[in-house]
Amino acid sequence: MYTQGLDVQKGDVSIPLEQGDSELERRFQAKIDADEKIEPKDWMPEGYRKTLVRQISQHAHSEVVGMLPEGNWITRAPSLRRKAALLAKIQDEAGHGLYLYSACETLNVSRQELVDQLLEGKAKYSSIFNYPSTTWADIGAIGWLVDGAAIMNQVPLQRCSYGPYSRAMIRICKEESFHQRQGYEIMLTLARGTAAQKRMAQDALNRWWWPSLMMFGPNDKDSPHSAQSMRWKIKRVSNDELRQKFVDVTVPQADFLGLTMPDPALRWNAGSGHYDFGEIDWEEFKQVLQGNGPCNRERMRDRNRAHERGRWVREAALAHAEKRRARAAAQTTAVAAE
Amino acid sequence: MTADTEKMTPEQQALFDYLLRLGDNAVVLSHRLGEWCGHAPVLEEDIALINVALDLLGQARSIMTYAGEVEGAGHDEDALVYRRDGFDYRNVLLVEQPNEENFAVAIVRQFLFDAWHYELQTALLQSSDARLAAIAAKSVKEVTYHLRHSSEWMVRLGDGTAESHGRVQEALDDLWRFSGELFEADAVEERMAAAGIGPHPQSLYAAWSETVDRVLAEATLSRPEDGWMQSGGRNGRHGEHLGFILAEMQFLQRAYPDARW
Amino acid sequence: MSERDWPLWEVFIRAKAGLAHKHAGSLHAADAQMALENARDVYTRRGEGVSLWVVPSTAITASDPEDKEAFFEPTGDKIYRHPTFYEIPEDVKNI
Repeated sequence: MYTQGLDVQKGDVSIPLEQGDSELERRFQAKIDADEKIEPKDWMPEGYRKTLVRQISQHAHSEVVGMLPEGNWITRAPSLRRKAALLAKIQDEAGHGLYLYSACETLNVSRQELVDQLLEGKAKYSSIFNYPSTTWADIGAIGWLVDGAAIMNQVPLQRCSYGPYSRAMIRICKEESFHQRQGYEIMLTLARGTAAQKRMAQDALNRWWWPSLMMFGPNDKDSPHSAQSMRWKIKRVSNDELRQKFVDVTVPQADFLGLTMPDPALRWNAGSGHYDFGEIDWEEFKQVLQGNGPCNRERMRDRNRAHERGRWVREAALAHAEKRRARAAAQTTAVAAE
Repeated sequence: MTADTEKMTPEQQALFDYLLRLGDNAVVLSHRLGEWCGHAPVLEEDIALINVALDLLGQARSIMTYAGEVEGAGHDEDALVYRRDGFDYRNVLLVEQPNEENFAVAIVRQFLFDAWHYELQTALLQSSDARLAAIAAKSVKEVTYHLRHSSEWMVRLGDGTAESHGRVQEALDDLWRFSGELFEADAVEERMAAAGIGPHPQSLYAAWSETVDRVLAEATLSRPEDGWMQSGGRNGRHGEHLGFILAEMQFLQRAYPDARW
Repeated sequence: MSERDWPLWEVFIRAKAGLAHKHAGSLHAADAQMALENARDVYTRRGEGVSLWVVPSTAITASDPEDKEAFFEPTGDKIYRHPTFYEIPEDVKNI
């Protein structure tokens, strides 16, 4: 569902982002400038590899953690049709997490390492999933706004310079095309429903709107490493540009629903041809990223618990495969001996 | 909801009850599988379990729509699923048993059900009721895969580590008491069998038993003794778990009775 | 935390009869059967295929990008392998 413009945090020196000028690096950059794709076995600067590992794994973790707030409503979906759609959507998210972990594994990191980083709290995932899904309308709002924001982000990533990531994004974008429509349809049904349903829809919009805008990450001026990512074509459009585009397409959709955006500063600017909107609460964003969102602890506890409860199953499957191999080998030896 | 059923003939009433049994099994088991979403042992298995849940949900929708038509009281699939209380639910007890966050329970429950469900859907291909036969034609392909999936997991877990063997044997010993209900005959089942609509429940036992023996042998698991079998689900006498399933599942439809979703 | 990953497998899908199997992606599975079924569940949810191959990733030997010039560039000037290299008068048909 989504990658966030988390980028490299200020002061983080673990990723070397300086552009070197060795012959290898010049050739590498020339390839990128010519819009050629980089493939797993190609030479790449360590900074490029690390930036990709971080971005793709954050993206993968976001898909997996993103299953939780929506999964929360599977058992309470109000009709069999809605339940089937929601199950299929969350299943896609599991699939997308899987595609992305696979893309990351081509960079010489194992799934286990990546999962461990998440479970130990060392890896980040999209801040949005640390908000609670408290009513059915949240399932509508998540599909409409969160997937809507995700699509904005993911469409340009299909052109990312790293082949496996680009291919995964192409597949993901294709599969996700129903997700946002599914969400909007729920919102539309609620907005045209009873007074209580309409209230539910407005309440969901009020809670999800600002966190959705935060999904695009810090303002460009506070995102110091974006320039290098852009040069490497790991990132293709800036945070602020994407955010503006999202606001511009989403406001008319809210109008159609007859719902009110929770932003008094929101207005059409005929001069710029865009909507002006209010200041994001960056302190809240920072706190959520630091682990102080409403559900950070619950999400991590949930993932850790599932992982622990599955350990004996994963071990058993490996042990069984090992037994089979040993038996097959013994049989071959026995046949050879005859 | 039951008031309208007085208008049905005895044949229609029996068919309606029979369809609810089929449909409720699928609704409730699909619900239990849905509870795993996001919590499976690996991501790949999350996807696999949801596929099974989606298949069962699809089957439930076809069957419930048909049941509503047979009943003739204007109930669609959702009215039947979301507005009946537990004592009107007709699923077997096996499918309502809780996951307990234990993959062994989920797999054993699924395996015992799939092995029976496969025989049932295969028999329903020959149903004199064209609609049921058509639903079975689609379902049998899905169920064939379910049985394959759960059988392989039985083998992996049974013949895996000492811990997995112990866990799956324990789940099997615990859930075995719900297997008898699958083969019980009563007036509804007898009437269906006589009309050629559904197989006689006992006719499914031999093949089921053979599948169970074959898989348990490969899994190095012991088949539990047939002790006292629990039953009653198909007549609306459930355990305590179903009420909680319905409380969750029906919450919105009950809290906002005039709303459409 | 020293848990071992299930092996990685590469998945190839035949979209329809008549087409070759094409690489679709990868996944983890403990054994070949599981790999096949996971491939079915993960990569063919929307009717993407009629046949699947799964191959342990470790079984694939790939060419080295360093060898790209030696491997692939020598064919660049062998234009006589292409039909357009040969000049045939327009009047000659069916060739």
